[in-house]
Amino acid sequence: MNPLFPFEWIVATRFMREGRMQTLLIIGGVALGVSVIVFISALISGLQSNLFRRTLDFQAQIVILPPEEIARPLRGLNYQKANKQESVLVQARAQRLRSIDQWQKVRDQLLLMKNVTVVAPVVSGAGFVIRADANRAITLTGIEPENYLRLIALKDKIIAGSANVTSSDILVGIELAKDMGVSMGDKLTLRTASGGTATLMISGIFDFGNKGQNQRAVYVAFRTAQSLLNLAGGASSLEVNVADPFSAENIAQDIQAQTGLKVESWIATNAQFFSALAAQSMSNTIIRFFVGLTAALGIASVLVVSVVQKSKEIGLLRATGTSRQQVLRIFLLQGALMGLMGSIVGSLMGWGFLMLWRGIAKNADGTPLFVINFDPMLFLYAALGATLVGTLAAMFPALRAARLDPAVAIRG
Amino acid sequence: MAEYDDAITLRLEGIRKAYGVGTPAETEVLHGIDLILKRGEFAALIGPSGSGKSTLLNIIGLLDQPNQGKLFITGQSTELLKDIELTRLRASEIGFIFQFHNLLPAFTALENVMLPRLAELGHPNEEMRLIAAELIEKVGLTPWKEHKSNDLSGGQQQRVAIARALVMNPALVLADEPTGNLDTKSADSVFDLMREMNKTNGTTFLIVTHDPRLAQRCDRIIEMVDGNIASDKENLNVLKIGDNNTHIS
Repeated sequence: MNPLFPFEWIVATRFMREGRMQTLLIIGGVALGVSVIVFISALISGLQSNLFRRTLDFQAQIVILPPEEIARPLRGLNYQKANKQESVLVQARAQRLRSIDQWQKVRDQLLLMKNVTVVAPVVSGAGFVIRADANRAITLTGIEPENYLRLIALKDKIIAGSANVTSSDILVGIELAKDMGVSMGDKLTLRTASGGTATLMISGIFDFGNKGQNQRAVYVAFRTAQSLLNLAGGASSLEVNVADPFSAENIAQDIQAQTGLKVESWIATNAQFFSALAAQSMSNTIIRFFVGLTAALGIASVLVVSVVQKSKEIGLLRATGTSRQQVLRIFLLQGALMGLMGSIVGSLMGWGFLMLWRGIAKNADGTPLFVINFDPMLFLYAALGATLVGTLAAMFPALRAARLDPAVAIRG
Repeated sequence: MAEYDDAITLRLEGIRKAYGVGTPAETEVLHGIDLILKRGEFAALIGPSGSGKSTLLNIIGLLDQPNQGKLFITGQSTELLKDIELTRLRASEIGFIFQFHNLLPAFTALENVMLPRLAELGHPNEEMRLIAAELIEKVGLTPWKEHKSNDLSGGQQQRVAIARALVMNPALVLADEPTGNLDTKSADSVFDLMREMNKTNGTTFLIVTHDPRLAQRCDRIIEMVDGNIASDKENLNVLKIGDNNTHIS
């Protein structure tokens, strides 16, 4: 007997060793359950973070736009005097490209806000790229690289050149470059609907992994875009990132309340994506719940049988000075230990399954289908959760053991 | 209420016990038992099956509660004690020897002897190991002290149980048919050992037995019939091993 271990620990572990086969079977059952939880959780969390990254790599978490222009019906003075309702058909106004009023002040105000990490002014509008007889419609985005590249993972998607555009540079997608027959260092003429024209040199080619974006997205320097889109000194939007992407909607509402501008968060603009994530999370929770319940029932049933099998020994312990509380702790400890041991073995099994999955689930080019993160906290939570479930599952048999009448138990 | 007398280990006053109280099947099995056991007594409790011996032993051992009456262990009344206090009193003042299932099979002989002290202190220590080893030596089982209880013979297991019953140095040892499961030779040996411990330590023994030969070797014979003490006599002709007279007077 190790003097470091208390009485309850010594008796609990001896009881478990005595019923070795039962103990091993239930640890195996808990381990299998924990491995399923670890595997499914890591898989779903990997899948979600992958989707999440793919969504947020190419869009700001919050976009601030000028307020929409509204057509207001004119009401005559006589109508107001007569207190009459005027019934007219109001046609919605076409939204022209406008700058945010005093965007520099708004930017400074945003930078003072807690949780706001990056604010990048953007000028964006429609245009064409022209080379000889060929032309393509594009979406032109004017950026300040020092801010914008902290907002969007453009730098990571550059396959040639650099993302740092200057006033005479243009960044194009790989599909557009192919369509126009251009490569690094070539010149492209850019023309916008407002009549602005410039000939710019291709300083970078990117690949977003999306054909549409690779064909249409074009990046130029902020001032170049202002000039091309006839928005001198203006910014058509302010794009913002915050510390916690999931708080974006709340922060967006705060900004809207403070500035009166039109503010959209990525959560509002990707409602379907969020509902898919929520459905995945819910299915994960349901799987965890039922697996946890199965493990708990397994532990409880083994301990109930153990209490019946060991009732004479419990009676003997009680007769020789073991208190009810000590008996209770002996059985709770058995439940906790089964849960803990099951979770350790299960975590290792889950890790093995994940490694196996990583080896199997690959793209055609050999890269992983999606990155699975081995979060040590997942293993810690699994261990804590299984220990807690084991302890709770042991509560009923432990109470039953503690309440055993020693005289009856010894008599059998 | 009785005054505390240092020479008295156990005092029972009007102990009544009934099962199924309040139901049509209510049965009283002890009908007001009065009994005093003095320090160092070696008494046999005999009687036919169903006479209430084991029930009385459980009540004396604080494993069961009487419906009526008072119980004093070394002068301490048990009437108002809570479960945890009864457990403590049982641990410190009463040792048990049962007929069957006396030892925990998951533990060695030495560890079984250590168990009551371990339960009391919470952690094992060298002192309790030494005390247990000394008792194991006294019962002649030193070569088997590291053996699991299942590896020991019935007689050896009962010897370990005697050592365990004495490890807390209790005032009273209660033995319920301690030799009932043993052959004559082992029974004699176990009985002699209890007798020796009684003489050496001055521990009071109350032994339930069906064996008249062993009862005749006790200093006092208490006979129970139908939940009452039918006779309670000093045994003036205490037999020794080898005597053939098995008649109980």
